Amino acid sequence: MNEGGEGVGTGTRSGGSRARPRQRPYTGVAVKTEREQRRSEASGDVIFDVRDLSVLYGDFRAVRDISLPIHEHEITAMIGPSGCGKTTVLRCFNRMNDLIEGARVEGQILYHGVDLYAKEVDPVEVRRRVGMVFQKPNPFPKSIYENVAFGPRVAGFGGSMDDLVEESLRKAALWEEVKDDLRKNAYTLSGGQQQRLCIARAIAVAPDVILMDEPCSALDPIATLRIEELMRDLVRDYTIIIVTHNMQQAARVSDRTAFFTVEVGEEGRRAGVLVEYDATERIFTNPSNQRTEDYVTGRFG
Amino acid sequence: MARRGALAGDLTASEIVRRRLTGRQADVLGRAFEALLLSALLVALVILVTLLVDIFRDAVPVLSDRGVDFLTSNVSSLPERAGVRQGIQGSLTIVVFVAILAFPLGVGAAIYLEEYARDTRMTRAINANIRNLAGVPSIVYGLLGIAIFVQFGGLSGITGGRSVVSAGLTMSILVLPIVVITAAEAIRAVPDGIREAGYGVGATRWEVVRSHVLPYAAPGILTGTVLTMARAFGEAAPLILIGAATGFLSTGSGGFFEQLRGAYTALPIQVYDFATRNLREFQNSTAAAIVVLLVILLLVNAVAIVLRNRYERRW
Repeated sequence: MNEGGEGVGTGTRSGGSRARPRQRPYTGVAVKTEREQRRSEASGDVIFDVRDLSVLYGDFRAVRDISLPIHEHEITAMIGPSGCGKTTVLRCFNRMNDLIEGARVEGQILYHGVDLYAKEVDPVEVRRRVGMVFQKPNPFPKSIYENVAFGPRVAGFGGSMDDLVEESLRKAALWEEVKDDLRKNAYTLSGGQQQRLCIARAIAVAPDVILMDEPCSALDPIATLRIEELMRDLVRDYTIIIVTHNMQQAARVSDRTAFFTVEVGEEGRRAGVLVEYDATERIFTNPSNQRTEDYVTGRFG
Repeated sequence: MARRGALAGDLTASEIVRRRLTGRQADVLGRAFEALLLSALLVALVILVTLLVDIFRDAVPVLSDRGVDFLTSNVSSLPERAGVRQGIQGSLTIVVFVAILAFPLGVGAAIYLEEYARDTRMTRAINANIRNLAGVPSIVYGLLGIAIFVQFGGLSGITGGRSVVSAGLTMSILVLPIVVITAAEAIRAVPDGIREAGYGVGATRWEVVRSHVLPYAAPGILTGTVLTMARAFGEAAPLILIGAATGFLSTGSGGFFEQLRGAYTALPIQVYDFATRNLREFQNSTAAAIVVLLVILLLVNAVAIVLRNRYERRW
């Protein structure tokens, strides 16, 4: 299901992102809209259908009434100010919030039409299909090889582990740098390499979707660029949802962008809400909501 | 402020800055405080050193005259023949009990509390109580040991009453809360990022605990456990209640299990025993026994330090 053949033109896009001026991130607008056109017409396009999602931590409603469809083989970016709940929403896609004491979800997230929060759904199985890359690179304090091999091993992978490790590291664009010393402890790698190792680790279990929670926030610009190029390569095989603080990053890599913000409701309760969700190009050039425009142009208070 | 105004008139900016930066007066109060802290340290050190010197001075004649013989001789009423063999044997047996019982129980409880238990009022109450238990005086555990292992009908049949088995079981209960606390702290020190990484690739709770949390927490757990064994080795009060023999003791007859259920003694008890004898020569035996105890404790602590340094992790 991963070889959709939709990645035409992504190579040149990612290659060209370096030279693109910051303010006008999109030169390939026409290509992209056409691609999107094709996508929205295709059936089975939506991989996640979020319906009236609210997340509560105890009595505190962190995000409220989120509804958005996530499309296959696209990069969907979630942007917004701190505390708007974008990470919270991201962590709902693989039920990572289950691990937080007192977290509760209302509404639905349909994954290929199946409600992820239905009683009989096994969160462990969800996480095998929906992998995650975290904000801070968090390799296991083990060898590079073991980092990649752990996921497949617990999933009962029966093939050649060496081949799988190599393939995963290649896909994560890390193989050439580490191939001579796979037994080296992952902590000896640089931050950028560690994050690519985490991506390799996520890929190794052959997920359907990769969630990325500000994957570049702890990295320098060069490492960031490598990860972004990597994301453009990966989206041919996977669906990627990324949370980012960096609007340029969202503009550079994503196909669609969801803008979240914090709303202060009655009794001064703050909750994250989805303001606007559209093609990235439209969000950054011609948003329909004033709050989105204020944010992407840097006028947000 | 006034000074600055006066200076500003006819001095260059650099001169003003120089005076500001260098014109500070000696910090008398700060120095006094430092001296106070240093003297506190010195007092503690002097007391400790005096104690050690005193003990070693008394111990040297015995240890140099008899050497290994002191370690391999049994209890005797003659100071020149009395040794600590039975004490070492008893103490080591107790430590083995602690290692076999308290270690798995304590670590298991810690894993449950940290990784499985939900954060409810009940868990918090249990946590607080374990901390309190660690602070309960050891004599109280001795009373508990008497009640359960020595006098309680069914169990005393197994333990043999006042035996090294009862002592080992009591000592295991005594150190159990400490094992739980140190293991729980080691487990808590494993960053959540590691757990999330494990869950993120589709591992179950058990797989995350077994493959990641436990291996990374192991050095801390091990260090803590070794230190609790040292505690069990040096503890005397509960053993007096559990009936470690002071005075004449015949061991060595009967099989292994019979010995476990028979009369016993332990190193700290022998120190106590020697110290209460009237013969003057026993003073030196007391000191020698203390030195043996200290050396073994130092060795155990050294093992803990080596383990910690060898496996220490930085996140």
